[in-house]
Amino acid sequence: MHKKDSKSRDQLLDYLDDKAEWLRREIIRLSSIAGGAHLGGGLSMADVIVAVYYYAMNLKQGDPTWADRDRFILSKGHGAVAYCPVLADQGFFSPDWLNTFNNLDSPFGMHPDMKKIPGCDMSTGSLGHGLSVAVGMALTARLDKKSWRVFVLMGDGEINEGMVWEAAPAASHFKLGNIVAIIDRNTLSLDGPTEEIMAIEPIAKRWEAFGWRVFDIDGHDMGALVDTLDKLPPSSDPTPTLIVARTVKGKGVDFMENNPIWHYAGLDKAKSAEALTCIGNCRPKRRT
Amino acid sequence: MADDVQKSIVLDFTYTTDTYDQFTQAEIYGKAITKMAEDNKDIVVLTSDMTRSNKTGDFKKTFPERFFNFGIAEANMFAASAGMAVCGKIPFVTTFAVFASLRCAEMIRTDIAYPNLPVRIIATHAGLSQGNGGTTHHSTEDIAILRSMANMTVIVPADSIETGKAVMATATLPGPVYIRIGRALEPMAYPDDNYDYQIGKAVIMRDYGKDAAVIACGVAVKAACDAADELKEKGVKIRVVNMHTIKPLDIDALMKAARDTGKIVTAEEHSIVGGLAGAVSEALTEAGVAVKFKRLGVPDIFSAIGYPDELYARYKINKNGIAETVKDIVS
Repeated sequence: MHKKDSKSRDQLLDYLDDKAEWLRREIIRLSSIAGGAHLGGGLSMADVIVAVYYYAMNLKQGDPTWADRDRFILSKGHGAVAYCPVLADQGFFSPDWLNTFNNLDSPFGMHPDMKKIPGCDMSTGSLGHGLSVAVGMALTARLDKKSWRVFVLMGDGEINEGMVWEAAPAASHFKLGNIVAIIDRNTLSLDGPTEEIMAIEPIAKRWEAFGWRVFDIDGHDMGALVDTLDKLPPSSDPTPTLIVARTVKGKGVDFMENNPIWHYAGLDKAKSAEALTCIGNCRPKRRT
Repeated sequence: MADDVQKSIVLDFTYTTDTYDQFTQAEIYGKAITKMAEDNKDIVVLTSDMTRSNKTGDFKKTFPERFFNFGIAEANMFAASAGMAVCGKIPFVTTFAVFASLRCAEMIRTDIAYPNLPVRIIATHAGLSQGNGGTTHHSTEDIAILRSMANMTVIVPADSIETGKAVMATATLPGPVYIRIGRALEPMAYPDDNYDYQIGKAVIMRDYGKDAAVIACGVAVKAACDAADELKEKGVKIRVVNMHTIKPLDIDALMKAARDTGKIVTAEEHSIVGGLAGAVSEALTEAGVAVKFKRLGVPDIFSAIGYPDELYARYKINKNGIAETVKDIVS
C-alpha cells in the first residue's frame, strides 16, 4: 500500500506504523546475524525512514535505477541496519540477501555501499558528507530540469562536523529547495548527551539563519511526520527544508531507550527476545 | 617558422611552440575543457573562489549554467562533485593541489574514489610552483596520497601541451583522475604536440644511450631533457623517460630502462617519499631488478621559501642538479 491507494488517513498511519514496527524487528533480527549493530540510532530513525520511503519519496517498486526517482542519502551511514531492510522491501533486491549482514564479502556492513546495494544512492559512513553530496545531486536535478528531490538523513551529533556548515549555506545560496534534510535528533552521540559534549542547540535558529525552512517535530509521531512531509514545498522552491525529528535513542526497546551504551551492541538470544517483546508492546495504538 | 604552424589536434587552435609558451598549464586546461564541453553536455566545472587562478573563466563565460563556484569551501565542493557524478555528470573540480590532496583527502577517497566516480580533479599550483607563497602552499605529498587510493588515476603532465592532451584523454575514462599541474609558464618539454599521448604509457624524451636513465614527471621532465643534452656533449649518454602517469605506472618502460641501463634517477617536484620515486622503487623491488638508484625531489623536510627556480636548484630537480646526480651515479 502506498499513499496513493490508502483509503483514509487512519489507515495510512496504521500502515506506516506497521512498517516501522516491522523495521524495528528487522533491526533486532539483523543485529543477531551481524553479531552487533548500531541499535540505538537505528531504532531512533525507524519512523522517519519509514515515513520518507513509504510516504514521501517518489519511487518505482523494484526499479532502483529509475532516472526520475527521488534520491536518499543516509548521511548517518551507521544507520545501515535500519536502511537496508527498507531497500529490500522496496523490491530493489531479495530480502534473503540481508541474511549475510556483516559477513565476509556481504553487500551489507555497518555502513552502506552504493556499488553493492541496489537502491542505495550514495556510499556513506564518514559523518558530515551527506549534505554536501545532496547539494551536488540537487544541482544536477536543477541543471537537468528534473523535479526529483534529494532526501538526506543526518544524525544530530553529526552536525558537529564542519562540512555540514559548508553545505548548509551552499544549499540556500544555490536555491536548492529540492533538498529535504532531516536530523535524527535523539540527543545522544557516542559519548553521551550532545549538549554536554558539543552543543548543537538551538538547531532550528541556526539553520534558519543559514537560509533554511525548518520544521521541528516529534520524530516518532507518524501523524506529525506525514503532515510535515505534506507541507514540503514543490521541488522548484528556492528554500531548502530541514526537519528536526525529535526522537529517542533506542526507541521501542525500553531497556535501550536513552542509554548511549546501546549505540552499538550485540544481543544474545534472551535479550533479542526481550527486545522483540518490547517492540510489540511499544507499538502505537491502532486507529482502525 | 611556417613549418612550425600546425593545427593542434587537441585544442583546435593554431599554435606554434611559441604560442603554447604563452599559456600556462592551467590556461590550457581551461581551453581544453571548454572545447570538450561543446560536445559533452555532462561536463561541469566546480571551483572554490579560484576562477582566476585556475583559468576556468573561458568555461564560465561559454557555459555559465554548468559552472559552479563553491566559495572557499573545498571539502563541500569535492563531496558535491561526487553527488553530481552519481547523477551522471562529469565534474572537473579545480583547486590548489595542496588543498585538494590534504584538506579534501577524505572526500576524494570516500566520496569519489570508493564509488569509482568519474570526477576529474585538476590540482593546480602543485609542487613548489607557489615558490615564495611558502610551505603552506607547496604541495609535496599529493602524489603519494592520491596514488594510494584505489581506483584513482594520477597524472603529472610535463608541460602545457601534455596538460591539454591529458585533459582530453580523460574523456572516456570511467573512474576518477587526479591531474597535477603547475602555476606559471613552465618551460616546454615538447617541441610540438605531434605525439601520441596515452594515459599510462610513458614517453621516451631522449634516448642517447645506456649509461643511465632519468625517470621524471612534471617540470623535472624538461630539466632532465636539458641535462641529457648537456651530458651527451660530455660523453655521458642517457635515456629520459617522461613518466607522466604515476598510476597506473608504465612498468614496461620502467623495466626496460632499468635493464638497459642498470642506473635509475627519479626526478619530481614532490617529496622523495611515496611519489614517483616510491612508485618506481616499489615496482623495481617487486620485479627483483637491482639498479643503482637515486631519488631527486624534496628530501624528507618541509620545503623552503623561495622562487620556484631557486627551489628546483636547491632540491636538484633543475638541469644542473640532475646532470650532477647522473654523473655521480655513472661514475
